[in-house]
Amino acid sequence: MHKNQSKTVKYILIGICAVFAFLFLLLPLYIVFAEALRDGIEKYRDAVTDEYTIKAVLLTVEATACAVVINTIFGIFAAWAVGKFNFKGKKVFTTLIDLPVTISPIIAGLIFVLIFGRQSVLYPFLQNMGIKVVFAVPGIILATVFVTFPFISRELIPVLEAQGTDEEEAAALMGAGGFTIFTKVTFPHIKWAFLYGLVLCTARAMGEFGAVSVLSGHLRGKTNTLPLHIEILFNEFQYVPAFAVSSILVIMAVIILIARSVIEYKGKKEC
Amino acid sequence: MNKRSKRVIPGFGLSMGISLTILSFIVIIPLASLVVYTANLSLGEIIEVITKPRVLSSFKVSFFTAFTASAVNAVMGVILAWVLVRYDFPFKRLLDGMIELPFALPTAVAGIALTALTADKGLIGEIFAQYGIKIAYTKTGIIIALIFVGIPFVVRSVQPVLEKLDYSYEEAAGVLGASRFTVFRKVIFPEIKPALMTGFGLAMGRCIGEYGSVVFIAGNMPYKTEITPLIIMSELQEYDYASATAIALVMLIFAFLLLFFINLIQARNTKIIKGGR
Repeated sequence: MHKNQSKTVKYILIGICAVFAFLFLLLPLYIVFAEALRDGIEKYRDAVTDEYTIKAVLLTVEATACAVVINTIFGIFAAWAVGKFNFKGKKVFTTLIDLPVTISPIIAGLIFVLIFGRQSVLYPFLQNMGIKVVFAVPGIILATVFVTFPFISRELIPVLEAQGTDEEEAAALMGAGGFTIFTKVTFPHIKWAFLYGLVLCTARAMGEFGAVSVLSGHLRGKTNTLPLHIEILFNEFQYVPAFAVSSILVIMAVIILIARSVIEYKGKKEC
Repeated sequence: MNKRSKRVIPGFGLSMGISLTILSFIVIIPLASLVVYTANLSLGEIIEVITKPRVLSSFKVSFFTAFTASAVNAVMGVILAWVLVRYDFPFKRLLDGMIELPFALPTAVAGIALTALTADKGLIGEIFAQYGIKIAYTKTGIIIALIFVGIPFVVRSVQPVLEKLDYSYEEAAGVLGASRFTVFRKVIFPEIKPALMTGFGLAMGRCIGEYGSVVFIAGNMPYKTEITPLIIMSELQEYDYASATAIALVMLIFAFLLLFFINLIQARNTKIIKGGR
């Protein structure tokens, strides 16, 4: 009796989850492809190979690459400092690192407008130098780096902290230099965590919308990333191209999810 | 140099220097600029901006939709986490991986996909339209977008705690004659409560600030479906930086309060997870 009852509960709960996953997770993915291919494969190909789409892809790749590189450099050094040493203000330091993801992307965009926009004290100086940040590519890159800032360090710090300092101390006492210690002793431990952070950082960077939208000015072919390009197409009622461009990002998202699962699985196996 | 122990591992100065420099340029200086800019506004000005009826109603819309969506996510999140931890069924790994989809899928794509689904002529909107229920371009639409955005936060907070939970307590309670519902309420729920609150708080924080997935489905009608981030955006487009900053300030204060509250619970939560090891 009790057994049967618990079986019923089990199937009801699994059923609820299946319905939820279908409605909220699978159907949105399906609709992107359904709408993108509504007018046939020709129209789809036209939309994806459109000149402005390609330019948007290139800008997205550029911003994502910058975010990944800067956040990797920061992530590794910050994790080394936090994970291997004790210093005053460590708590403040880690809180500041996490700050960018806790604030709204719109506010992230706003603060860069406040620094570099025309009401800023820096503005005349920047203009003399001929540097444009707001409504230009540097602004987009800054915004992308900002919103993905903690993604890599956040994965590395707990691993380095948990691993302790014994191995590094031993290596240092035997005369290994800092670089050798890092590549031979530390890196093998953080390899999977690092890849994991890299994947998360890429996912967020390529899809960032709010912060980039504030700083972009929506100049087609110049400061349009893929998500912004989708917004313009959608607002112009060009639904087929909008969904066709979206499908590129959906495919990227699926690849990222698979990579994430594989990395998580391999990481667990090695531990 | 610390008096207690000499640092043997090299690279403290270098790594601290580099990370502090990058941190300053990307985070500290930009946030300081917000503080400096706010200091130039008078309190009267700020209050005048944030008490405009349109702004006030946007706070209401944002808070109401974020709260409702997070509440739904709290319930669904526990069910999903429970099913993923306790049951075996086909496609379990797939479901587990798919939970992260809202993190991986760009918000703009999620926004237009959900809009296309729930509009009057959409696949799902059509069914509801027969009964006169509109989803897209109403608060319901906003809530649906926010449920999508917030679900992984709750699941990923509750899941590890459920995994660490000792099964024998439930068995003991069962043997002593407690019904399944009582076991859940008295034994399991108290254990996952801190994690659930954390997940709820994280989802809520994300939902309050969410922009990309909401703009498309909200319809953005002033006083009805206009969210706070959108008001900031339109003030910025009119180059009214003072108003934008004043409204942003309210959002920031709310976000920090939420963060403080999450940290309080998380301190308890880590104890539970570590204790299970």
